Order: sequence, then structure tokens, then C-alpha cells
Amino acid sequence: MAAAPLVEFRGVTKRFGDGPVVLDRITFSAQPGDFVSLIGPSGCGKSTALRLLAGLSPVTEGELTVAGRTPDAAAAELAYVFQEPTLLPWLTVAHNVDLPQRLRGVPAAARAATTRRVLELVRLGDKAAAYPRQLSGGQKMRVSIARALALEPRLLLLDEPFGALDEMTREHLNEELLAIRGAAAWTAFFVTHSVAEAVFLSNRILILASQPGRIHHEVAVPLPYPRTDDTRLSREYLDLVAGVSRLLRSVPAVPAAARS
Amino acid sequence: MSPRSHAASRILLPALTGAVVIALWYGIHFYLTPEMRFLLPTPAAILDAFREHRAVLASATWNTAQGALLGFGLALVVSSVLALLLSLSPLVRTSLYPYLMALQMTPLPVLAPICVIWVGAGLNSVALLTFVIAFFPLVVNTTQGLISTDRNLVELFALYRASRWQQLLRLRVPAALPYFFTGLRIAATIAPIGAVVADMNAGSSAGGGGGLGFQAVIYAAQAKYPALFATALTTCALGFVLNAAVLTLAWLTLRHWHDAYERRDR
Repeated sequence: MAAAPLVEFRGVTKRFGDGPVVLDRITFSAQPGDFVSLIGPSGCGKSTALRLLAGLSPVTEGELTVAGRTPDAAAAELAYVFQEPTLLPWLTVAHNVDLPQRLRGVPAAARAATTRRVLELVRLGDKAAAYPRQLSGGQKMRVSIARALALEPRLLLLDEPFGALDEMTREHLNEELLAIRGAAAWTAFFVTHSVAEAVFLSNRILILASQPGRIHHEVAVPLPYPRTDDTRLSREYLDLVAGVSRLLRSVPAVPAAARS
Repeated sequence: MSPRSHAASRILLPALTGAVVIALWYGIHFYLTPEMRFLLPTPAAILDAFREHRAVLASATWNTAQGALLGFGLALVVSSVLALLLSLSPLVRTSLYPYLMALQMTPLPVLAPICVIWVGAGLNSVALLTFVIAFFPLVVNTTQGLISTDRNLVELFALYRASRWQQLLRLRVPAALPYFFTGLRIAATIAPIGAVVADMNAGSSAGGGGGLGFQAVIYAAQAKYPALFATALTTCALGFVLNAAVLTLAWLTLRHWHDAYERRDR
């Protein structure tokens, strides 16, 4: 018997005020340990879905639960990695990682130990006292991930975290993300524009169509974990990338009149 | 250019400019017909005036510095509180900005007699007038800083359910610091000028004697021109000192993270 789903969308619809429907009757559930990638054209509501999950924006219709509760009530279960590193420039790396724990009232001694541990995990233990401006783009993103992991979330929401990085760094961080995940199997929702990245990371890919945002297709990725650099050279991986790309191309184009 | 030769040129170049200026100064002085030379006393004559009037100048400087610092400090405190209030909502800003502007638009020599009838001539008036002119750049810049917080960072704080208080102290206030220091630099530049102008218009020789503005009026009336030039140089030095203090404070606060202090030789 399957465990209770960690995340459940039941006919979730989202619209902002009187504007167009951004997400239209999304029904989907994720089991604990799932790594779900959301991919689709701009404006398909990928990021909005994450914001609903984070309780940053309310659901218009339908029901959305995280660990059986409303997203707002489940806020302590999740962490979020933004598109930008979103670090406070006036705090050191360690203090940046420390911040959300502090906001949640974690005692100082526990915070210090956790901060050290997650910085080691993203291999930035030696940068604890550095300021964000002294880091490269990839390093800043690793700090941002460490900051999220420090909260020991059951659900990790990642909104295109590697979109601004070069291909090499991105691939490297993909591998690192999976390696880190081995240690604590959080459930992930990962928004991306890169098919290769989605296939490499996830066990499930949601291809969304836009206007209104809806699930166009779901693809299972049966590649075994742990995945490494060699995975990218395997026949299966390349076939999956080709298959998902084809499906993505089959997403109906938005009629010109509907574009804003 | 290596960092060391860069540092050396930072001293050498202004020194060279200074030497050229002094040479020109003497040139002009001796180019003038002897009866017109009072228009531009030589640097040596000004140094003599410094020596002759050092007691008066020192006490005048102290009086002006007191007025400037009191007004500046008062502006610092009041503007910070008011900026917090103004940052609360656009409604508060729209309601109050026109009146803050009006205060700034009224020229100091016009405000001076009003201050005098309220708090009396001398230090009180000088401090109050300095406060009025130093206050505006501070409140405008600090408010701007408090409302310009990076939206992504605000979202981060919302995500982790930070209280309004946490958001203010840990996010909005530190994010406003660069703006605050911009305001502080402007205030530090105009506060000594304001204090001197205030002193010319609302100063008093009662008690501890007048300030530099008051003294300048007296030296001009007595045709003690080298002393007048010495007074001008003293006001200039006072401005430099206050500016240097603020710049140092800004550097100490922002050097680690603000881009304006990024080391170029990295």
C-alpha cells in the first residue's frame, strides 16, 4: 500500500483577481521521496504552483494539502530555493544560513551545529565567514540551497535555481543536489526550463501547458538512483530526454489573441 | 598602476595642485597694484592672522562646532524616527512630504529671525537652524532606503513567517543603511555651512561669544581681511572634519558588503 501522499492537489485552480486563470483544475499527488520536475512554456503557472505550495499565495478553488494540512499550516515542513540566490549581502555566509533557523526560533547552539553541517554538505565549509559578494554565482546558489536544507524540510521547493548558471556549473550542481539528497530524502518540486536537468534529477516530470496552466502530460523517469555523470551518457537517459522534448513540443501553441 | 603607486599618487597629486595654487596666489597678489593687494592677502599674511586671532578663532570654532553637532545630532534622531513612520505607508508620505518640502524651501536667513524670537539668539538658534537644513536630506534618503528593500528578500522573510518587527530590524533597516549614509554625507556637508550662515543671522556674542559666522561679519566690518580669510579657511576645515567622520563611519559599516566599497585590485 502506498504511503499517504505528502502533497496533494485536488482540482486546484488559481487566478489573480479578475485576471485570466493561471492554473486550471490541477489534480496531482506526490509521495514522500518523489522528485517532481515542472516544465513547460513561460506563463504555464510553474512558479505559481510553487507559490501556492509555499503558502505565499492562496488557492482560488479546489484543495491543496501538504502533509495533510493547508500549505499555510504546513509552513514549518517546507523550504524554498528562489531563482536568485536571495542572500542578504550584509551577512556572512554562515549568518545567511543561520537566518531562517533564527526566524523559526531554533536555539543558538543547535543553529550553529546545523549551519556548519549544511555548509560542509555543499562543500562551502571554508567560506562560512565570507560575504556573498566574494562568492561566484554557483557558490551563492549553494549557500541558498544550504540555507533551505538547514531547516530540515520534508518538502523542498526549487524555482529554477540553476537557470542563471552556465551549463557546466549547472550539471555539476545537479549531481551535487542528488548526492546531498541521498543523506535526507526530502520530497522535491523543481521548476526548470531544461529538459536535460528535469530528466537527470526527477523520478516524475510534469509537462504543463499554458493559458490556462494545466497538466499536459506526466512522464515517469525510471532511471535508478544514484545518478552520476555517467547517467548522462546512457541510452535510456538520452531516449528520455528526446521523449520529453517531443512531448514539450506537442504542447499546443497559445493562440496569438490570447497572448498578453 | 600598482596599489602602492596608486596610494602615493593620491597624496602626491593633490599636494602638487596645492603648490600650483599657492604659486598662482602669490602671482596674483603681486600682480595687483599695492593699494589693491588687500583683495587677496598672501598665505603668509593669513597664517599671521591665524596666529594673532587664534584665541578668538578657537572659541568661535568651538561655538560653531557645538551648534553644528547639536543640530546635526538632532536631525539624525528626528529624521530616523520620522523615516520609520513615513515608510509605513504611502498615505503617510503623501500627507507629510509637502510640509517637509516647505520647511526645506524656506531660506535660512528668513527662518533665522523666527528662530531668534522663539529660542533666542546664539547657540539655541544656530542648532535649531542647522537641524532644519540637515534634516531634509536625511529623512528623504532614509525613507527611500526603508521602502526600497529588495522584493525577493521581503518574500524570503514572508516565506519563513518573520514578524513585522523581525522584518524591520533584520531586513529593512540594514538594507536602508547605504541610503542613510548618502543622506548623512549630504547632511554632514551642509550642517557646518548651515551653522555658519545661521550664526551670521542669529548668532550672538553674549555668553561664550559668537561663532565663525558672527566673527566673519565682525572681521569684514573691521576690514581685517587676512583674518576674514583665516575664518573662511576654518569653516572649510570644520566641514572637512565632519565629512571625514561620516565617511569613516560609512566605510566601517558598509565595507564588507556594499558594492561601492568593493576592492578594485582583486
